[in-house]
Amino acid sequence: MNYEAVIGLEVHIQLLTNTKMFCGCSTKFGMPPNTNVCPICLGMPGVLPVPNKKAIEFAIRLALATNCTISPVNQFARKNYFYPDLPKNYQISQYELPIAENGWLEIETKNGARKIGIVRIHMEEDAGKLIHDENKPLSYVDFNRAGVPLLEIVSQPDIRTPEEATSYLKTLRDIVVYLDICDGNMEEGSFRCDANISVRPIGQKELGVKTELKNINSFKNIQKALEFEIRRQTALLERGEEVIQETRLWDPAKGITVGMRTKEEAHDYRYFPDPDLVPIAIDKSWIEEIEKTLPELPGPKRKRFVQQYKLPEYDAEVLTSDKNLANFFEEVVSLFPKPKMVSNWIMSELLRKLNEEGCSISDSTISASNLAELLELIDDQTISGKIAKSVFEEMYETGKRASTIVEEKGLKQVTDADFLEKVVSEVIKENPKEVEKYLKGAEKVIGFFVGQVMKKTQGKANPRLVNELLRNKLKEIKNDSV
Amino acid sequence: MENKITIDQVRHIASLARLELANEEEKRIARQLASILEYVEKLNELDTSNVKPMHHAVERTNIFREDVLKQSLEREKVLANAPETDGVFFIVPRVL
Ligand SMILES: [Zn+2]
Repeated sequence: MNYEAVIGLEVHIQLLTNTKMFCGCSTKFGMPPNTNVCPICLGMPGVLPVPNKKAIEFAIRLALATNCTISPVNQFARKNYFYPDLPKNYQISQYELPIAENGWLEIETKNGARKIGIVRIHMEEDAGKLIHDENKPLSYVDFNRAGVPLLEIVSQPDIRTPEEATSYLKTLRDIVVYLDICDGNMEEGSFRCDANISVRPIGQKELGVKTELKNINSFKNIQKALEFEIRRQTALLERGEEVIQETRLWDPAKGITVGMRTKEEAHDYRYFPDPDLVPIAIDKSWIEEIEKTLPELPGPKRKRFVQQYKLPEYDAEVLTSDKNLANFFEEVVSLFPKPKMVSNWIMSELLRKLNEEGCSISDSTISASNLAELLELIDDQTISGKIAKSVFEEMYETGKRASTIVEEKGLKQVTDADFLEKVVSEVIKENPKEVEKYLKGAEKVIGFFVGQVMKKTQGKANPRLVNELLRNKLKEIKNDSV
Repeated sequence: MENKITIDQVRHIASLARLELANEEEKRIARQLASILEYVEKLNELDTSNVKPMHHAVERTNIFREDVLKQSLEREKVLANAPETDGVFFIVPRVL
């Protein structure tokens, strides 16, 4: 029997606000433990949480970008449970009236574009961080993260394969990064994903029993964890056994998921509206105001790059994967309007260099105008493509302008035909054996001669001109010898 | 309307609230909860089909703060009420 997987994803994103959701403490990552806390985020008696307006605006931005319906009335609710990382013994979240519902995202799959539904987006606060003692039965609690604003984005169970899950996550991450509401860093935990997954025989309508996968902190791991879980659940069903509904942790070292040994007491969070927080009313004018500030999103930008710059789909995808990279590309093209050449240089040279150094485009030592200048120098044949690559290396190392490097090192391409003709004659004179071969019909020897001329000119000779001169000269010799 | 709350329900609620109750207390609380529920049940006698749901007792909305940093608490004060501390963390019995 063939089985298919049914996957729904829950993503938590940490918002890029300066301060926490309900107090003025900093959200900065990596600060000394328990220094970014105050009576409000510690849940001390008598304090009053007040929502951060920017966090609400960020939520509206995402709701618009994911085609959701925005709730005109919003309410915060208390989700009650005990855990040492939760100072108030409840998490402020949203339950009955989440900020947004019923949206969708378009993702790319190998069978073309697909829409994945979004059930809801709601606002909530993060919990603190626990560090477990290696030796003693103790846990250490750091509340710096407690109260940092989060959005939870719950997808419909529309996803069928691990590849689609990865594509959905990448699409969502690109969007939140474009929107400047989250840095999208999976490893540092500012973009977190849990997955609900079940399998069922193909053709069956009813859903199978699902498990919830947690602790997945990279795109590679989400793919692997889902693949493993599909194999595990399918094997159980094939043996006539049952899948147990449970939470399972992904163990990246072993490459398996492991059931959590928790008392499977049905979650009973006893949600109720938080009396400390008055409702949030979101009217049309507020939404429209925010809509005006939305940037062009990755999907539409990719399509525009294909149309406007006549780029292949692949180039457009790479260039728009990062907003800053896309901006960089457009800046170069505005100065040097040959988009495909710009794209080639960015993708093959600049990105290679940046990847080698583990940098992003914003760290590039080569500015858009400097790259445009380099391409201009190639295009007007001031330097050869080969020399350009070494100029590029030096630009990257030193941050100098292309024209400065070309000037300083005397790298200008030699296009002086009289001078090159002399060099060509020399090379021919010095290599009688090769000339002999050529006369016997070995056309390929021409490459050898070009190489020799390049050597004598330190690579600065214009290759096209050298080729032309060589062919003429050799033809002369051939005619003379006949 | 009698005996709306079973002993099992009391135990469940007590465990969610991390409360330990003696047998006698369980019985007493079951009775008390039942009478509270019965009392609140009276509200159902009113026809509220034409009343809009109330989201909050206060009729105000949109009370916000700007995203501006405020001084956090000194760590010494933060940890003053910690059950146990090393001066950096709150220390608790190991979980999980
Ligand atoms: Zn605080």
